[in-house]
Amino acid sequence: MRSPTGYADLAGLMTRMTGDEKHEPAATSTLDVLWVLYDRILRVDPRHPDDPDRDRFLVSKGHGPMALYAVLVARGFLDDHLLDRFAGYDSTLGHHPDRTLVPGVEISSGSLGHGLGLAVGTASGLRLQGRDARTVVLVGDAELDEGSNFEAIQYAGRAGLSGLSAVVVDNGSASHGWPGGIAGRFAAEGWAAVDADGRDHDDLERAFRTAHPDRPLAVVAHVEPKGSPR
Amino acid sequence: MSASALLTDTQHASTSEPVTPPDQRERFYGLLPELIASDPRAVALLADIGAGYVDVPPGLADRVINVGIREQLLVSAAGGLALAGMRPVVHTFAPFLVERPYEQLKLDLGHQGVGALLVSAGGSYDMAGAGETHFGPRDVPLLDTLEGWTVHVPGHADEAEAQLRAALPGEDRVYVRLSGASNARPYGSGPSMTVLRRGGRGTVVAVGPLADRTLAAVEGLDVTVLYAPTVRPFDAATLRATLSEPDVVLVEPYLAGTSVRPVAEALHDVRHRVLGLGVGVAELRRYGSPDDHDAAHGLDVAGIRRSVTRFLS
Repeated sequence: MRSPTGYADLAGLMTRMTGDEKHEPAATSTLDVLWVLYDRILRVDPRHPDDPDRDRFLVSKGHGPMALYAVLVARGFLDDHLLDRFAGYDSTLGHHPDRTLVPGVEISSGSLGHGLGLAVGTASGLRLQGRDARTVVLVGDAELDEGSNFEAIQYAGRAGLSGLSAVVVDNGSASHGWPGGIAGRFAAEGWAAVDADGRDHDDLERAFRTAHPDRPLAVVAHVEPKGSPR
Repeated sequence: MSASALLTDTQHASTSEPVTPPDQRERFYGLLPELIASDPRAVALLADIGAGYVDVPPGLADRVINVGIREQLLVSAAGGLALAGMRPVVHTFAPFLVERPYEQLKLDLGHQGVGALLVSAGGSYDMAGAGETHFGPRDVPLLDTLEGWTVHVPGHADEAEAQLRAALPGEDRVYVRLSGASNARPYGSGPSMTVLRRGGRGTVVAVGPLADRTLAAVEGLDVTVLYAPTVRPFDAATLRATLSEPDVVLVEPYLAGTSVRPVAEALHDVRHRVLGLGVGVAELRRYGSPDDHDAAHGLDVAGIRRSVTRFLS
């Protein structure tokens, strides 16, 4: 079923949030990944945001959450009037999201390198409870600089956490790069790892639907390098 | 830590002979499978430390997770498990549980609005021979910078067991600080302080495993002695209700002065003096035994008596 507000409306929703130009490249790099997840992949329902069987989507890279907020509005989790007070003192929507303030936001993030570890815990908990809900965590290629990610990547691979998926939005913003590519680093640790065009909705959907019955899945979503025109 | 410390016989029958009190950490490892079995939400998280000592029945194996030597993941995964409705019991040595993953405690538990039951071992310098890298006197002061932590400092394995059992069913943030030092007998498992002695010339608050030596140190002095097996929240009510002269000495097994602030808050409307005894902030760069370090920090009987006497004179 299509949402009341479509992809074409996201840009307009995002322009209502001003004052965070610093993170604008981070916000737009994730837009198509977010849309595909909420439109085609995630089993989430704004009428039941606390359903224990819902899929969990964790935005580890909390920078530039305008795209997230816009998608949450489009999918009915948030009222659009909230956007106009973006990052104000009395706003629930900040430059980094707070899960205790925003329905549909699964983790509070902003400091890099926390989401993958949290996702390992959540995926482990859901597995212990016998739920088939998916845990999907979004990280950035520069965020992978934080060593804490690799503790999580290594453990998740060894533990065969098949309920866990990571999507790495790669806009080439890591200062020292990832020679040989990011997917290979996940694959070496026992993940199913696939590359995708981070702007191509069908290609992203294909990547997210990759079968990974006995291991976690990494989707590396390539977008134009940070700072380049779309 | 040495294996021999864990193999200490704790099953002596009670006699007139002084007995070695049961080891707190050994009690925790023995209790852990029962705790996990008792609550379907409970999950033990280990980072290699302790993994070889916990005897896990096959039916519980999937709820005892050893992430390897990955302490950032240890705490982040606890946060994720709590977000999924589980109750994580997280264990390693104090510096690796509180100092190395401090931001994970702050963000992946506190900022997410979830809790966990953290159980540290090693105290401040149980592994004296291991040196500074394995010392943990900063754990309680670091937790003081974060919101909503209950901090237990048991002085006996029975107290530790009671605190662990009580904390498991909750959803809050609880830290249980196991020590290699213990009192000969339990004095109470909190959260209120226990009145060990009444006197007219001031109050001495003995925390956890320092109770026996504090009692010995103040023998013949006209002071009240309170026993604190729980230090956060600090039991201001008992301190005020038993106050004689408003002179208060804290005897704490971690960084000296850690509880001076809650005492000052408890006595905010009373002109008072407070002395905080504990582990000094300076690195000694010494090994040896815990007794050596107690003496160096003035936390042996003679040192405590010297400090209390001087403060009250």
